[in-house]
Amino acid sequence: MNAVIEWLIAPFRFEFMQTALVAALLVGIVCASIGVYVVLRRMAFIGDALSHTILPGVVMAYLNGWSLPGGALVAGLATALGIGWLSRREAIREDTAIGVVFTGMFGLGVLLMSTARSFRDFSHILFGNILGVTGADLRLMGLMTVSVLALLLLFHKELELTSFDPTHAEVIGLRTSHLRYLLLVLLAFAVVSSIQVVGVVMTSALLITPAAAASLLTHRLWRMTVIAVGVAVLSGLIGLYASFYANVSSGAAIVLACTGFFMLAWAWHALHHRLSQPQIEDVWN
Amino acid sequence: MFPYSHRVHQDAVPNAPALEVRDLVAAYPGTRRLALKGVTLCVPIGARVALVGHNGAGKSTLLKAVAGLLPARSGNISIYGNPPGACHHRVAYLPQRGEIDWRFPITLRKLVLTGRYVHLGWLKRPTRQDWQIADAMIDQLDLSDLRHRQIGQLSGGQQQRALLARALAQEAELLLLDEPLNAVDAETRTMMIQLLQMLRQEGKTVITATHDLGRLETDFDGALYLAEGREVEPPPGTFSGMKVGVLA
Repeated sequence: MNAVIEWLIAPFRFEFMQTALVAALLVGIVCASIGVYVVLRRMAFIGDALSHTILPGVVMAYLNGWSLPGGALVAGLATALGIGWLSRREAIREDTAIGVVFTGMFGLGVLLMSTARSFRDFSHILFGNILGVTGADLRLMGLMTVSVLALLLLFHKELELTSFDPTHAEVIGLRTSHLRYLLLVLLAFAVVSSIQVVGVVMTSALLITPAAAASLLTHRLWRMTVIAVGVAVLSGLIGLYASFYANVSSGAAIVLACTGFFMLAWAWHALHHRLSQPQIEDVWN
Repeated sequence: MFPYSHRVHQDAVPNAPALEVRDLVAAYPGTRRLALKGVTLCVPIGARVALVGHNGAGKSTLLKAVAGLLPARSGNISIYGNPPGACHHRVAYLPQRGEIDWRFPITLRKLVLTGRYVHLGWLKRPTRQDWQIADAMIDQLDLSDLRHRQIGQLSGGQQQRALLARALAQEAELLLLDEPLNAVDAETRTMMIQLLQMLRQEGKTVITATHDLGRLETDFDGALYLAEGREVEPPPGTFSGMKVGVLA
């Protein structure tokens, strides 16, 4: 027993592991709670696109010696507003517009990367490196987590209504497009804070997978948010242990842990559904 | 304190009808086809009026334009003497069931509570009184046992009643109901018709889109027949009641 506890505690005697733990906690909370809306509003594709489109911002900041999160934030906000603006036009479908912007921005990022001496410099941007999080990064992540949670709480009632019944929202004078912008901006914050942890390529997994797993387990929004946050934070922890003891990529380990939880939730859902099939039919008749 | 719409609360103009529509032309955004090609009608306060026509006749479009969901290309709409959107709490709109994401994780009780949001505006949380009003409407529509059920696990008739409960919770003066009796069970139908009668006694005005010619005479005071975005003469032998449109 003592050996198990020692095994669990040992990594956190190192300061960089303590920092990584707090980072995993913050990113898990912010990504999963906003991810619930991303999943319920079927914005998974936008979430994925948004994380990819900040690449040129980060690379440009790196090449010029600016702040990396700063560059990410500028690119993320520009994309969030750009997608919001493009999707208001009727000329092309929204998902097409996102596809165009997303690949274009990612291409620009890769092009900028190729002007640098070595691609290796960017591996932590692409795939994340939670063990490299600094105290300054942590403060920024904390600030973003608090802002995102505060705004989600303040506008919960409106975000909920515009998600399931935009028509009623419009009838009572609530502009659904404004709430959409708000959500995209919050999404940009979440993506920027998670870049350090799982990287540009896998950020959308932290947004979508925990919330998707939670959606299989409950029909209540609050419970769904709590479960999603739990899944994301636990996955972060599992990823930390994996990278400490097995010396594998922390970002990839975190994402795979999320996927594992999703598969468990899926299995539970399938089992539960099969057992309660007659009752469900009863409700529908 | 912080209302959703920037327009100020406006009182009803004295002696104005509940709804007056003049030569209304409207089209859906991004389409060229006109869904309404010059419709005129006048509905006095307290009347129950049916909009009758086939799918695509313009019934839903007319209700949407009055609800402020669709801007008019030309023509004029006035609700209690004010333009649409001047006073959001006065108009309740009951959409067709397909316009709501029924898989969203909220309960019936919360859905009905959203009828109170227009009175709350930004930042304000529902008060105990708001919950009480929502619960009273749930009881009235005989949904008490289902109040904690997720909205996707209700039958079609129950969903329709939940939407009506929300419209009532809004305590609006003018109710716009889009095909509320479409594909619902007999129990729901009876209950809703009784409720429409009760609303009339309270002096509320109800405009209902329907393609059911069966019970117009008993359930409504007047009817406007629409086809291809225009008012048409009532088919021979059908009910017309009080004059609301331009034609007989």
